[in-house]
Amino acid sequence: MPCSRSTIFITIIFAIMSLMTILPERATGERGRIPTEIEIGSLAGLFGEVYFDHEMHLDLADTCSECHHHTLGSYVIDEDCARCHRESEPTEEVSCGGCHTADPFSAEYLKTKMEDPNLYHNDKPGLKAAYHLNCVACHREMGAPTGCQDCHERTAAGDSYYRADAMASGVGGTGKEH
Amino acid sequence: MKGITRRKFILAGMWGATAVIMNGKAAHGKADFEGYPEGMGVLVDLTRCVGCRTCEAACNNEQNLPVPDRPFYDQSVFDEVHHDGKQKRRTDENAYTVVNRYDAEGSEEAVYRKIQCNHCNEPACLTSCFVSAYTKTKEGAVIYNPKACVGCRNCMIACPFRIPAYTYSKALNPVIKKCIFCYDTRLVNGQPPACIEACPMEVLTFGHRDDLIKIAHERIRMHPDVYIDHLYGEREVGGTAWMYLSGVPFEQVGIDTTLQKDPILSNASEFLSNVPVVLAVWPALFMGFHLLATGDNRESGEENHEPERKEE
Repeated sequence: MPCSRSTIFITIIFAIMSLMTILPERATGERGRIPTEIEIGSLAGLFGEVYFDHEMHLDLADTCSECHHHTLGSYVIDEDCARCHRESEPTEEVSCGGCHTADPFSAEYLKTKMEDPNLYHNDKPGLKAAYHLNCVACHREMGAPTGCQDCHERTAAGDSYYRADAMASGVGGTGKEH
Repeated sequence: MKGITRRKFILAGMWGATAVIMNGKAAHGKADFEGYPEGMGVLVDLTRCVGCRTCEAACNNEQNLPVPDRPFYDQSVFDEVHHDGKQKRRTDENAYTVVNRYDAEGSEEAVYRKIQCNHCNEPACLTSCFVSAYTKTKEGAVIYNPKACVGCRNCMIACPFRIPAYTYSKALNPVIKKCIFCYDTRLVNGQPPACIEACPMEVLTFGHRDDLIKIAHERIRMHPDVYIDHLYGEREVGGTAWMYLSGVPFEQVGIDTTLQKDPILSNASEFLSNVPVVLAVWPALFMGFHLLATGDNRESGEENHEPERKEE
């Protein structure tokens, strides 16, 4: 059956519209929706907040999934994740704290985690470790700074915790080199 | 002597000996104890440690230990060596946990290892303590009562990990000091120890020991290129609550890989279980020999005595 001109026209329009709904998620529109700088401060205490240049890291990363795993629906690089999440749709929650709990060893969390025999992600790091494991590993690989104070400054509470009042011999104390 | 004949005495002795032997077997059976089912533990993943010493600071704060010579962010302590360079830092009365740095072969980055009490399922310190100052709690902690401690230091010799430290600084009433898994302040309330909460890299994973064993083997299975295929502490000296995963051979990070799989107690339980047997059987046995050997004289003696008593 020969296609009429209007059918082809409608098909093309439909194709363009569907592309427009998909593409902006992956590319151009993303810049508009995502924050360029993020203040990570929910765990601040011994160290201050981290001012995270999201835009700069966005340019460095090959794909969003390097940090956001499968949650953005972008190409999943980790083969272990890809076994289930190769075709995963974007999730509602994309922030680190949405999945990585700040209190991974509380009695309640351990109970809920271990009571579910079907839970696959039973070795998921807590929020603090999720940040540090991801950030430090990549910083090492990229030759970026890895000292504690390169990302967040030690607070007065931190000074007291780390016994900065100790009779320091004048060595170290810079927080360089992990 | 009336009522207790020689036959009855020997018979009673044999019954007693049998009972003791049975008990001895039960005591030996305890060496197969695999830990309390609800016992907690810690999985230490050496591939994650960056040597920040935050765990040491956490311990110092939690346990109200004295202010150290250098702040905890000072990494020059890793260069400290003792005994002609053979000995890295060890736990002492002012530090119940310390981190050491190792230059392991085949690893570009330095490897760090935190040491503290491993909280054995069957602690040798507990076995060695003659005043029963030590307790293995159902939560998995090996704690001690400093008021009971007489400062004999048997536990320091018994510990296969050389953890208990001594208050050498105290002239009066010196006692043992060691990591107690933050038992009284945290573990008993279901909270993780201070060092675990403080660790930025989750080198330390807190949970039920049984679950941690599964998690550890899963990590090895998922990343066989990263980990040595062994969970140190799963079986060593009968199992420990704190267990280690490593990316480099364990002996390269100062871990003793020559330790036996059986609890230290099992080395002693066999002959110790014989002690009551010896105490019960030998007197009966030798008394029996003695009575048999001197029986004729005695019996004639008894015969002479009994009529006299009746007369009275």
